[in-house]
Amino acid sequence: MLYLLSLIGEEPDWEKISPEDMQADIDAMGRYNDELKEAGVMVDGHGLRGRETASVVSFAGEERTVTDGPFAETKEQLMGFWIIEAANLDEALEWTRKAPLQEAAIEVRPLVEEQGEENEKFSGEKLLSRVKDPTR
Amino acid sequence: MRAEDRDSVVGRAFREESGRAVATLIRVLGDFDAAEEAVQEAFVTALERWPRDGVPANPGAWITRVARNRAIDRLRRDRTLVEKKAILEGLESLRPPVGEPALEEEKVGTEIEDDRLRLIFTCCHPALTIEARVALTLRSLGGLETAEIARAFLVSETTMAQRLVRAKRKIAGAGIPYEVPAAEQMPERLTGVLATLYLIFNEGYLGSSSEQLVRVELSAEAIRLSRLLDAILPGEPEVQGLLALMLLIDSRRRARVGPQGVPVPLEDQDRSLWDGEVIAEGLALSERAAAAGPVGPYTVQARIAAAHATAPSAADTDWVKITRLYEWLAAVAPGPVVELNRAAAVAMSEGPGRGLELIDAVEGLDEYGPMHAARADLLSRLGRDREAVAAFEHALGLSANPAERRYLEGRIAALR
Repeated sequence: MLYLLSLIGEEPDWEKISPEDMQADIDAMGRYNDELKEAGVMVDGHGLRGRETASVVSFAGEERTVTDGPFAETKEQLMGFWIIEAANLDEALEWTRKAPLQEAAIEVRPLVEEQGEENEKFSGEKLLSRVKDPTR
Repeated sequence: MRAEDRDSVVGRAFREESGRAVATLIRVLGDFDAAEEAVQEAFVTALERWPRDGVPANPGAWITRVARNRAIDRLRRDRTLVEKKAILEGLESLRPPVGEPALEEEKVGTEIEDDRLRLIFTCCHPALTIEARVALTLRSLGGLETAEIARAFLVSETTMAQRLVRAKRKIAGAGIPYEVPAAEQMPERLTGVLATLYLIFNEGYLGSSSEQLVRVELSAEAIRLSRLLDAILPGEPEVQGLLALMLLIDSRRRARVGPQGVPVPLEDQDRSLWDGEVIAEGLALSERAAAAGPVGPYTVQARIAAAHATAPSAADTDWVKITRLYEWLAAVAPGPVVELNRAAAVAMSEGPGRGLELIDAVEGLDEYGPMHAARADLLSRLGRDREAVAAFEHALGLSANPAERRYLEGRIAALR
């Protein structure tokens, strides 16, 4: 399954962080991303530029209105994302836990894939193998 | 299943066996609803046949087998023609006749235990809300009807049904696996399971607002599920600790409710009404859990309950030991309620004045009725009746449990 990991947190005050600390954080995140890539788990992923760079397009019928962003005026903002491939939620959560973060949250959410779970669940071959031997 | 059928032999077997049948069917079918439906249908068949033909030697295996056949029947009806052809060719040969063991019972035994363990961990997954975990556990493992669970938690059947649907959708949609967690995740995941079982027990024991009857069943169900967990995950100290804690608390059930359903506080209980057999089992378990270690919060609480269970009276209780145990509990599972209980123990060993000082130092319990009741009790022991009445009234304002309200009203009346 594909999972979107949304990194949500308070943007750090870059002025107050020493260049050494900043570099250490960047390096740690780089190592984490490399680990995801080497394991063949990483599909995509990026950090986002600051909230002051965000713009919003709102839709109401035919009308489109462009305003300054971000969409949600909360202290906690989307700061980055990964898309990873994992066998199940537990595997996705294990990878998520490894992210080198001190204070933040990551929302883990499956993507809608072309082959829906419903179709997959009852597809002939797989089902047959399950029914054949219920003790396995 | 109709209410009058639940007390029959088949009804009792349903309680005992439905969890394991559902657990196996979920793995075979990969679907909670299909599994539950198939097991329900198997019980309808049992209701027809068992009274006529007698109860089979292994009711669980019988039900699992019939449920599997029902599920296969359903699949044959529901599949498209192409799928059907492929499945049916395989099915006819592997479908055992009902009533004959399909597989060696021993092998089936351990596999079924694995299935139930998978189901416990799936139902109690931390990615589900605690309400959803409780509902799913009672429905899938406990075999309780949605209506029964709804009644026990004072929500409408529709609300409970929606809660179950949402939980099952989350399991399927989020990809929560039907697996026993890996060793490195086990401690954390087990904590989630134990919290769920203890919540079910407490709902039955304390019941936030309903009258007795339905509640006793919840406590009994929590104990049954904890026993099951202890049997299939042997040697886990905190599982034993939790089971011991539940048993030791439950052993006082007959003594803790007086006439008109008014709760009787521990110190006033008629200890001859405590269930000696249950206490003996709880003591043995709590000792085993404490000896195995590392000692977790449920085991410490079980040791506290054990200290009460072995005391001949409230006055002859080893309050110093209990105070020490609460200090230990505060170290492994800190929180204001633990501090409150420690203060109550200190009040017994060092006097109500010292206890009151400690209670007043605890922060974050202003909306917690039992804190005000404990304060009120100490105030009345100090002869400060007017303040005691005010504190009991405060507690009364925070309680929704009718029996508890009657108790508080009684205390207020006695002080006036």
